[in-house]
Amino acid sequence: MTLKEKINAANEEALRRIVAANPVLVDVAPASEVVPGMRDKLILHSGPPVTWERMCGAQRGAAIGMCLFEGWAKDAASAERMLAQGEIAFEPNHHHATVGPMAGTITKNMWVWVVQNKAFGNRAQCRQVESFQQFGDYSKEALSGLQKWRDIWAPTLRAAVRKMDGVMLKPLIARALQMGDEMHNRVVASSSIFANAIAPILVDCGRSKEDVVATLYYIGNHPFLFLGLAMAAGKAAMDPARGIEASTVVTAMARNGTEFGIQVSGLDGEWFTAPSPRVKGLFLPGWKDADAGADMGDSAITETVGWGGAVIGGAPGILTFTGGTAEEALGFSREMRNISVGRSPDYLIPALNFEGAAVGIDIRKVMQTNTVPVIDTAIAHKEPGHSIIGGGIVRPPLECFKKALTRFGEKYKE
Amino acid sequence: MMPMKLEDLLRTKPVFVNVGVRSFGDSLREAGYQVIHVDWSPPAGGDQKMAELLDDLL
Repeated sequence: MTLKEKINAANEEALRRIVAANPVLVDVAPASEVVPGMRDKLILHSGPPVTWERMCGAQRGAAIGMCLFEGWAKDAASAERMLAQGEIAFEPNHHHATVGPMAGTITKNMWVWVVQNKAFGNRAQCRQVESFQQFGDYSKEALSGLQKWRDIWAPTLRAAVRKMDGVMLKPLIARALQMGDEMHNRVVASSSIFANAIAPILVDCGRSKEDVVATLYYIGNHPFLFLGLAMAAGKAAMDPARGIEASTVVTAMARNGTEFGIQVSGLDGEWFTAPSPRVKGLFLPGWKDADAGADMGDSAITETVGWGGAVIGGAPGILTFTGGTAEEALGFSREMRNISVGRSPDYLIPALNFEGAAVGIDIRKVMQTNTVPVIDTAIAHKEPGHSIIGGGIVRPPLECFKKALTRFGEKYKE
Repeated sequence: MMPMKLEDLLRTKPVFVNVGVRSFGDSLREAGYQVIHVDWSPPAGGDQKMAELLDDLL
C-alpha cells in the first residue's frame, strides 16, 4: 500500500468513527467527580498549553474568577499573586477529555455536562456556558452565576438527567440544524428542544419546588444553554478519531487567546500552534475592535466535528451576532466541503438541499487549496474583568496546518 | 470564411470567466460585463516545499 493509499484509508476510518458517534447526555456532575485527572489547585483552560506569563487578559481574568469561586483567594489581588507565583497549576481541557467555552476555565467544584458517546463508550465533559466569567469577568455578579449553577441549576438538572436515564443528543441536534441552529453560537432551537424534553421530568425529579422553578426559568431563558451540550457532544464524537495511524484528519481546534492550536489524528498528542487571530465581527454597544482580545475558546470543537461554520449556511439568524450576509454564510458551508473527507449522513443543511455537513477536516486539503476552516465565535475583551463584548467570524492561521503537514511528512515519509 | 460561432462571439457582448484574483473580475463587472468568478490559488499558495510534500501525500 502506498502512503497516499494508507492516508486515504486512515481518513475514511476517521470519518466512519466521527459519523458513527452517538452522543448521549448521561450526567451533570462536579468536575472533581468526572473529569479525569482533576485535582485541587488546578485550573483547566481552553486551547493549547499556556502559562500565566503568556496568558491573555480575558483568560487571566477568568482564572482570577476561579480562584475566588473555589475560595483559594480572598480577593482579586491575592488571586493574581497566587497565580503569578505558580501556586495554581494550568492544564488544557483537551488533555482531560473536556472542553470549555471562551477562557474555558474549569476547577474541581465547577459542574460539567457529561456526554457519553454510546457508539464507542468514551465520555467528554463541558462546563456551563454563560456570558460573564468565561469572558474574564470576576465580579461578584459574574461569580453569582457560577454559584447558582453549582448550587441549584446543575444539581437539579442532574436529578432529571439521571431519572431520564440520559438524553439522546444526535436526533435533537439533527432536528435543531433544520430549525436554523448551527450548534456553535446559534443554539436557540436546540436549547428550546432540550428544555421542552427535560421540563416534565424536572418537575418530578425530587428537588425542592424553589430549585425546580429556578432551573426551569434558567433553561427556558438561556439562549446559549445548548452550546455546552454541543461542545461536550462534539468532543465525545471526535475523541475516538484520535490516534489513527497515518490519518491527516484534524481532531481538535482550540484557542487560548494567545495561540491557536490544532491536533491531528495521525500525530496524536502534538499541538501545532500559531498566534491567535483577530475576530472580524460585530460589537455590543460601547465596545470597538481596539478593545477586543484575540480568538479564544475550545468551542471550535463544533467546527471540528462539522457544525458551526461548516453548517452556518443553514443558520442565517446567527448573522445578527457575527455580521456578514446569508450568501456569504452559504459560501462558507460550501467551502468547507473542499477541505473535508466526507459528509454527515445525519446532520443535514436544508438551505443546501439537505446535503450533509462537511466532516473531517483534512490538513492536506487545507494546504492544497489554501482554505482554512470557518469559525463563528464570541469576542472577549483584551483586559481582565469584562463580560462578552461581541461576536464574529474567524479563520485559523494557515501556519498551524503548515506545521502539522510538515511534521506529518517527517513522521510518515520514508 | 469565418466560422459562424466565432462571428457570433465577436458580435455579442462577452461574458468573462475570472480565475484567481477576484479584483480583476470586479473591474470588468464595474465596466458592465458579466463575470463568473472561479476561486483558485496555486497549490499550497505557491509554497514550493509544501507543494512537493503534497505531491507525496495527496
